[in-house]
Amino acid sequence: MIEIDNISKQYQTTFVLKNVNATITKGGITSIIGPNGAGKSTLLSIISRLLIADEGVVRVNNLDVATTPSDKLATYLSVLRQENRYTSRLTVQELVGFGRYPYTKGRLNSDDHRRIAEALDYLNLTEFKDRFLDELSGGQRQRAYVAMILCQDTEYVLLDEPLNNLDMKHSVSMMKQLRKAADELGKTVVLVIHDINFASVYSDTILAMKKGEVVYQGTPDDIMRSSILEDIFDTPIKIEQVCGQNIAVYY
Amino acid sequence: MKSLYFIAAILTVIGLAVISLFIGAGHITPADLYSNENIRDIFFASRVPRTVALLFAGSAMSVSGLIMQLLTQNRFVEPTLVGTTQSASLGLLVMMVFAPAASIMSKMVVASLFAMAGTLLFMLISRKIVLKSTLMVPLIGIMLGAVISAITTFFAMYFDLLQSLGGWESGDFSGILRGRYELLWLVGGLTLLACFCADQFTIAGLGRDFSINIGLNYRRVMLLGLTVIALIGGIVVVVVGVLPFLGLIVPNIVSLLFGDNIRKTMPWICLFGGGLVLLCDIIGRTIRYPFEIPVSVILGVVGAVLFLILLNRKRYAN
Amino acid sequence: MQIEQISHLSSPKRLIFLAILALCCILFFMTINLKGNIHYILVDRSWILLTMILVAFCAAASTLLFQTVTNNRILTPALMGIEPLFILIQTVVVFFIDSQGIPFIGTIGKFICESTLLILFSLFLYRGLFTRLKQNLYLVLMIGIILGTLFRSFSNLLQRLMTPSEFAIIQSRIFATFTQAEPALIIASVVIAIAAGIILWRMRFRFDVLALGRDNAINLGISYRRSVTTILMLVSILVAISTALVGPFTFLGLLIANLAYSISGSSQHRYLLPTAFLLGVIFLVGGQMVLQHLLNMSGTLPIVVEFIGGLLFIFLLLKKVTM
Repeated sequence: MIEIDNISKQYQTTFVLKNVNATITKGGITSIIGPNGAGKSTLLSIISRLLIADEGVVRVNNLDVATTPSDKLATYLSVLRQENRYTSRLTVQELVGFGRYPYTKGRLNSDDHRRIAEALDYLNLTEFKDRFLDELSGGQRQRAYVAMILCQDTEYVLLDEPLNNLDMKHSVSMMKQLRKAADELGKTVVLVIHDINFASVYSDTILAMKKGEVVYQGTPDDIMRSSILEDIFDTPIKIEQVCGQNIAVYY
Repeated sequence: MKSLYFIAAILTVIGLAVISLFIGAGHITPADLYSNENIRDIFFASRVPRTVALLFAGSAMSVSGLIMQLLTQNRFVEPTLVGTTQSASLGLLVMMVFAPAASIMSKMVVASLFAMAGTLLFMLISRKIVLKSTLMVPLIGIMLGAVISAITTFFAMYFDLLQSLGGWESGDFSGILRGRYELLWLVGGLTLLACFCADQFTIAGLGRDFSINIGLNYRRVMLLGLTVIALIGGIVVVVVGVLPFLGLIVPNIVSLLFGDNIRKTMPWICLFGGGLVLLCDIIGRTIRYPFEIPVSVILGVVGAVLFLILLNRKRYAN
Repeated sequence: MQIEQISHLSSPKRLIFLAILALCCILFFMTINLKGNIHYILVDRSWILLTMILVAFCAAASTLLFQTVTNNRILTPALMGIEPLFILIQTVVVFFIDSQGIPFIGTIGKFICESTLLILFSLFLYRGLFTRLKQNLYLVLMIGIILGTLFRSFSNLLQRLMTPSEFAIIQSRIFATFTQAEPALIIASVVIAIAAGIILWRMRFRFDVLALGRDNAINLGISYRRSVTTILMLVSILVAISTALVGPFTFLGLLIANLAYSISGSSQHRYLLPTAFLLGVIFLVGGQMVLQHLLNMSGTLPIVVEFIGGLLFIFLLLKKVTM
């Protein structure tokens, strides 16, 4: 369980997050949605200790993320930010192998090699494992990062806009793979996501943010209502039932 | 296959080392070493130290260039290009002015401290840059280096020390003798230390967020890297002088060939760096025999050409 | 200097103001600390003064033109390696004269020969680079700086090959000095500089159009390629004069050109060119006077300019990024 307790963060004089309280339960996929500048990425960064909050505490499995040793936390929680432009030239396999660093500090054993192979297989990357990252397409590279995160084998997986730079086909397959990870491997996945329809179709819980505050939290059925979404995004949105799913229409 | 290449590379470097041992103003053959005690003495007092110094300085400067590239996540920086060695020279000048009689050890410490401060300054400025172009960072570094060396030159001129400072900086191995190069063993130790921390540097090279995610103490690695860069820069400037471009071209070439998993590529970088400096030194000693042309002059030409080729590659990559 | 007062002045008035300031500097420079053989000192100072005025003119004009044609305020001929290229050419020429026994052709003959080579090489090397400027300014700048380093290293190597035991003499030429020029060379330079100045002045309105950028210039009917060629040739000649007279002066042009942009209060070259020129005179003559006669540190002026210019360059780069 991730407990977000009264978190505030400000840059100079403007609040990016203001007294945020929320609880993300174990298991399933939680999507964080909201307009630009709502503080979604900031919140994700604070949960994953990439940023330090000005006030408040985040606890993951009762561990305060600000004070728990970073290497211990790395075995509970993993995070992938949206921009990943590396200047280093690593092969896919080498990158994924770093997912095992929290456990073996670089001295890989046979168990690690097995897990690396599994993670590569899970994201259909086995054939590319000896390619350098800069020789891959954007979609393949994004999958390699996710494979590394899975290889880190943590209970909690935090992803900041994992669909960025992916086309339709790859977006769908990415979400399916995350769904599979949640269902089969029992991961707790937390996403920041822009496309509310992906959030509606694939998540168990939606957390809606606006102006640095959590304004709604509930199941997709609770949140995917015209009045609620219009309140969040300040634009006319209709909800249609398509193939049994709530789909927002806002064009 | 790769290990075969590696053996070939080691043999090449050994070959270069042997050539370096047996060429020079005094004529020495392996047979003389057996028979003549005098020649043996000269051999171990000047030829061996020189060759060892070349290998150590070359590989250390390459490794410190690599570390700097990883810590700044920028492929086009290296200690002689961004103010590290220029700051070390400034430190050296300060010692020449205020404590001319100080031991070479204390000179080295002060030079390293200055190198550290200069590198830190560069890193702080480059942090401020919201990256629009990766070349921006090295460009600022180059100018920072120019400004620092303008300060150094100004005061060197004022204290009438320009000549002796030039002598220190010239990247010249001809003055390397037994008793004057032993500090370079320290550089060898630092290079080894860097090899042991290879994984940490690889991870740091992937950025702060990446490092924190897998539980690496990013600040500590940054500090460690900075210290290694500054110490290597300081010691090499004091003992040998400036070796331009080395830290830039060697890691880049190795990266193109073998990638950036530092643990695997570190031996390659040491070999390349040491071998290149050996080769340049051999050229410098033979091209205008019996006079010597300092390694830094040869490296300046070779390095600049290789750098331009790398830049050209980048142009087509964009 | 009361900046507020200047900021109210129109461009021509600012120019007059600068001209008066420059004249004051010249007067002080000529008359300060006059002791001993006054006639000899005055003659000596006049040659130095003339050299400095020439260098100021060359740096101002070459940098402004270069920046106009490349349409940015960071690149300068010195930074792009044209200055080191000239030094390399000088070295190569000496190398061949010494080793091949080419009969001595005189200072001026040698200078003409070197300048011609510089024009040819810079046209060959740099015309192509400019067309790629729009895509990646920093890459071009980096290539220029590294080219400069290459030329410097290469001259260094050649110089050591020629005189392996006297490298101390060569090292003293890393910075400019105002003492070595020969009168014959100075007079020849004055003639060439005046000729270049006349050509420049007649083209001043065309420069204003070129400053709008390549596309706009072509739209307004200017032959861009020919203009680039002409300007590169002029720049090469000016750089050659300045470098032959005093040696490398990397940041002077950057400094006075950028000051001229902010001080002249105009973007027209008929104001920019004289403003930068006068600023150069004030900097060199005034700076030399202060350093040599008040602080007793002759010979350090180029280093001070290098220091300030380097800081300015960092500032300009950072400003470009944060904008």
